[in-house]
Amino acid sequence: MKHEQMYLHPELETMTRPEIERLQLERLQQTVRSCMRSPFYQQRFREAGLTPDSIRSLDDLQKIPFTTKQDLREHYPFGLSAVPLEEVVRLHSSSGTTGTPTVILHTQHDLDEWANAVARCLYMVGLRKGDIFQNSSGYGMFTGGLGFQYGAERLGMLTVPAAAGNTKRQIKFITDFGTTALHAIPSYAGRLYEVMEEMGIDPRRDTKLRTLVIGAEPHSDEQRRRIEDMLGVKAYNSFGMSEMCGPGVAFECPEQNGLHIWEDYYIVEIVDPDTLEPVPEGETGELVLTTINREAMPLLRYRTRDLTRILPGDCPCGRHHKRLDRMKGRSDDMMILKGVNIFPIQIENILMQFKELGNEYLITLTNLEANDEMTVEVELNDFTDDYGFLQNLTKAITRQLKDEILITPRVKLLPKGSLPKQEGKAVRVKDLRKTLI
Amino acid sequence: MTVHQLSVFVENKSGTLLQVLELLKEANIQLIASTISDTVEYGIYRIICSEPMRAYETLKQAGISANLSEVFAIMLDNRPGRAADAIRSFSEAGIGISYLYSFLLSGKGILVFRTDNPELARKVILEKKLDFIEEGRLLGMA
Repeated sequence: MKHEQMYLHPELETMTRPEIERLQLERLQQTVRSCMRSPFYQQRFREAGLTPDSIRSLDDLQKIPFTTKQDLREHYPFGLSAVPLEEVVRLHSSSGTTGTPTVILHTQHDLDEWANAVARCLYMVGLRKGDIFQNSSGYGMFTGGLGFQYGAERLGMLTVPAAAGNTKRQIKFITDFGTTALHAIPSYAGRLYEVMEEMGIDPRRDTKLRTLVIGAEPHSDEQRRRIEDMLGVKAYNSFGMSEMCGPGVAFECPEQNGLHIWEDYYIVEIVDPDTLEPVPEGETGELVLTTINREAMPLLRYRTRDLTRILPGDCPCGRHHKRLDRMKGRSDDMMILKGVNIFPIQIENILMQFKELGNEYLITLTNLEANDEMTVEVELNDFTDDYGFLQNLTKAITRQLKDEILITPRVKLLPKGSLPKQEGKAVRVKDLRKTLI
Repeated sequence: MTVHQLSVFVENKSGTLLQVLELLKEANIQLIASTISDTVEYGIYRIICSEPMRAYETLKQAGISANLSEVFAIMLDNRPGRAADAIRSFSEAGIGISYLYSFLLSGKGILVFRTDNPELARKVILEKKLDFIEEGRLLGMA
């Protein structure tokens, strides 16, 4: 294949390491200067005794303190803005389920560059103008919707913004419109196949699907192969997070061996989550990202809490942008279910509002038939001989949990003393999902 | 008119029922009637027994979730249609039966039940002259 046919941005994608690092330093210095317009970073730099001039090399990045999700919460909504608010054209917000939501701001430049990054990812796995791209992500505040939408349009594909849910309708779109590429979370891809089978649709024979973009949910290579076999597609792993725009941060190339992280957008560090020191090359640690191509709300050394490592060696695809291994988990206790991020504390907060319930609870995650399920077992304080009461209580707890975590768990009330007594650090989550990392 | 019923909240798990029964056995408590239904989520084991208070204390001390409540008990001749007659009285008065179980004791049929309107149920039992039984009498028959 000719050079320009393999890469959407050949001049950026095939940069050599020295070229990448030169660009990174230039953009980092620019970013740090812009950060001085944000009250938050002004104060951070002052406290650390730093000025923008302190950053003379990429190694100097390590002098800068980390930024955390807590910082975003504490300076909600606009405290990290590095441009006047009238320059901001969009904001995305987390659902705020763990307390104060976090907000990410974008200028028009940021949105353009975000779309370019997503377009680059999609082009990398062979999608072109002429493809029909269906997106089963939720739209609105969730970045997987608009993020892929603008990226796919940037590439000139015909886009089908199907959004989440209604599986039969998704399948009708796939067959009627001749969808060739689909973005879905891995567990939903399995669900689509099940329903296709029920409807008597053979994905290989009856659809034009050939590319699947999967992400937002930890999955193993085995799970990917299963999805590929079921649907007759190639499936590529996508990594993004709302704090870094959303999708388009890192993406697999056709080699399907690690996700190239776009180093013209981000500086990557892998640190030990306890000591916060860099880990030796190739070892697993927490992913820390610095945005170097964002105007409205640059983030310096943002702790993502995702655990991964940099794959050693060169990639045969010709891109020198570092490759991230599959996410190996989290350095906090966040769970990812059906693509939704959930913290145990959210569940605990709801349970503790019910005076009928005791303090002991256990969250169990399973994935029978490719669907993630959550079971919440909780002890009942006082027992009354009344099925109606128990049923209504179960319903009320289920409804409140659903409102909080956006997923309907199975709630099971247990007699007092049924759950193992917790000593030391409580084990609140049992993840029994198979084929996961 | 009512008897004590011991209700035990049992986890739907092998061995929990046996644990309750063993405890009652050790306390030398006799079962007169008991019932449990096969719901998926909760098991409520309902028991009529000798010395319900002591049975309740025994289970409580063993850390088992239990509850002592009063349920209606009426005695019927052991002939076809008696249960229908009794329940018709409640139905006509607009009283709902939350749950009911029955058993034979000394050749008599015993209906044990809870209603959604105990006050009205009391009146109906008296008006219709249903043969209600008190706890002492029931235990005496056992």
